[in-house]
Amino acid sequence: MPDGAAPILDVSDLKTVFTTRGGEVHAVNSVSFQLAPGELLGVVGESGSGKSVTMMSLIGLLPMPPAEIRGGQVMFEGHDILKMTPAQLRAVRGRKIGFVFQDPMTSLNPVFTVGFQVAEPLRRHMGMRKKQAWKRAAELLELVGIPDATARLSDYPHQFSGGMRQRVMIAIALACDPQVLIADEPTTALDVTIQAQILELVRELRQKLGMAIVWITHDLGVIAGIADRVMVMYGGQIVEQAPVRELFANPQHPYTRALLETLPSVTGARSKRLKTIEGQPPALGAHPTACPFRARCRHVMDVCHEQNPAITTLDAGHDVACFWDATTGEARHV
Amino acid sequence: MFNYTLRRLLFTIPTLLFISLVIFLLLDLAPNDPTGNLPLTIPPEVRAMIRTNLGLDQPVWWRYILWLRQFFVYEPLNLIEQMFHITIGDGHRLRILSYATRSPVVDLIVERMPQTLWVVGMSYVVGIMIALPIGVISAYKQYSWFDQTGTFVSMIGFSVPTFFTGVLLIVIFSVMVPSDSFFWFPSIYDTTLKVTDLASFGKQVRQMVMPVFVLALYNAAQISRFMRASMLDNLNQDYVRTARAKGLSEQVVVLVHVLRNSLIPVVTVIALGIPQVFGGAIITEQVFKVNGLGQLLIIGIQGADIPLVQTLTFIFAVLIVLFNLVADVLYGILDPRILYD
Ligand SMILES: Nc1ncnc2c1ncn2[C@@H]1O[C@H](COP(=O)(O)OP(=O)(O)OP(=O)(O)O)[C@@H](O)[C@H]1O
Ligand SMILES: [Mg+2]
Repeated sequence: MPDGAAPILDVSDLKTVFTTRGGEVHAVNSVSFQLAPGELLGVVGESGSGKSVTMMSLIGLLPMPPAEIRGGQVMFEGHDILKMTPAQLRAVRGRKIGFVFQDPMTSLNPVFTVGFQVAEPLRRHMGMRKKQAWKRAAELLELVGIPDATARLSDYPHQFSGGMRQRVMIAIALACDPQVLIADEPTTALDVTIQAQILELVRELRQKLGMAIVWITHDLGVIAGIADRVMVMYGGQIVEQAPVRELFANPQHPYTRALLETLPSVTGARSKRLKTIEGQPPALGAHPTACPFRARCRHVMDVCHEQNPAITTLDAGHDVACFWDATTGEARHV
Repeated sequence: MFNYTLRRLLFTIPTLLFISLVIFLLLDLAPNDPTGNLPLTIPPEVRAMIRTNLGLDQPVWWRYILWLRQFFVYEPLNLIEQMFHITIGDGHRLRILSYATRSPVVDLIVERMPQTLWVVGMSYVVGIMIALPIGVISAYKQYSWFDQTGTFVSMIGFSVPTFFTGVLLIVIFSVMVPSDSFFWFPSIYDTTLKVTDLASFGKQVRQMVMPVFVLALYNAAQISRFMRASMLDNLNQDYVRTARAKGLSEQVVVLVHVLRNSLIPVVTVIALGIPQVFGGAIITEQVFKVNGLGQLLIIGIQGADIPLVQTLTFIFAVLIVLFNLVADVLYGILDPRILYD
């Protein structure tokens, strides 16, 4: 994080609960984090760890009910997003905070042309007329690397490949020049070469436009290349966050360490089988009163069953929520 | 698209020929005697002569071909002549005649058409106009009291037969309500009524109210359920979340993005339902004495009027085939993912 810069997005103590037939699902439990202007924050964690729900909560995109935000604050440009009226919220969405979703095959409306869909936020937020918006849409498609952009505006989504559609989604998200781009696993549904192209594109765009980015993924490998800082989520909580080099060099939380071990090593022997993390993801039926990772943790101690570890700041923006100290291999002395 | 439509149109020709053959043969098998309704005093030789005059002594395949010629060449030519007040050729053609009335079947149908179109067609239009908003709101506010009420009413509209609702309405609004009240409605549809001024227009509207309501309720029940299901399918789609993430208002999200997608299957269902309009809601026409096509068909069947039944049935078949095609073409126009060539 560039030192001293005031965060553009400041989330504190966010709690989101779903009410389902099977009872409550506490998907996000007291999540706090900050995003600096221009920063690229990577968010990792296994499936169901609450990455998407966290990001959707903070901009009101979850269906309510079943979702309910039980508490917290999301400060953006001096206002708490969670307290905004629906109209105020709509003025932020797509204008100041852009979204790219996981599945480009279904995220675009099949019956409208790509041009219409890219032009829509421009007309909604920038007060552009049809013609003007259309022209700008062509520029945006060009910006995200779609060849023959002007001609392709009148094509429908099904006439684009998956990678091209994700580029269109990025063009839509960036249409109004937002300060924040939230990308929820934007490359997961794409094959590897296309993934690399999209990553490259985002890196370029960030340099050109300078927006802050939250990049959600469950692949630490993707994060390593592009993120400034990484946040690791488990069971609806942030268990560790650190600058990217620090996290890879000095992982603290047993879950982060286990995640790193599952990465195929670049130098290591190929014959070794990929490791997986043993055990099941935690039940989210109630607000956790103990460490959510205890059942799968290698270093579990008695205290882990009794309390949920609080966030400890180690140094240089490195936070971890664990009773075990990776440096000493013993219980942490606070 | 154009090629596809043309191909489909060409393909309807063998289909319709086949259907016409089946209809012709089936009705030919019916143990009917066109002279059966004539007075018993007519001697058998005369009856035989009548039958010969009707062409009934010819072999069945020949009669079929003659009928085809009448239906596809003579009658259309006649219609064109009447419409444009011209004469093609010498203007004398053998027309398909009703056994019962001895008048051309097509003239009978043309005579009955307006009543059916007005009453049944209007009820379809009214039904659609009620159903679409109800379907949209029910889906958007799923399980709300509005949705629950809608579900209940459409269940009733769908499961209670029209002859019951029709008679019920007659009992309430024609019998129980005093006839000088504003809420009294006539139970019999008067075809001779000519709309010339405001008063007669009001009368026409009043006599249409009950049959239109009965049928509209039935149509709306069906279509609103369909609309609701289609909306629900689409409301959970990812593109809806994308639309919201753009900051669009709920109106735009629902009425532009979701509705446009949801209408695709509904429009085809509506198109497929149009032939039924012409088929005339047979029972409702009976209940309210609307002398439309449905009633004509019933009279034809009861009087063993084979040419009439044949022609009507075949016209319905043509409409069904045609509107199937229309539905397919509409689908292609509405859904850009469908490529027909
Ligand atoms: N609509 C919902 N109703 C009930 N529970 C939900 C709903 N949406 C999400 N959840 C629950 O919230 C938890 C967090 O889900 P979330 O989608 O945030 O996971 P994720 O980290 O994004 O995983 P993935 O990598 O698979 O996208 C999960 O346990 C999930 O079951
Ligand atoms: Mg997710």
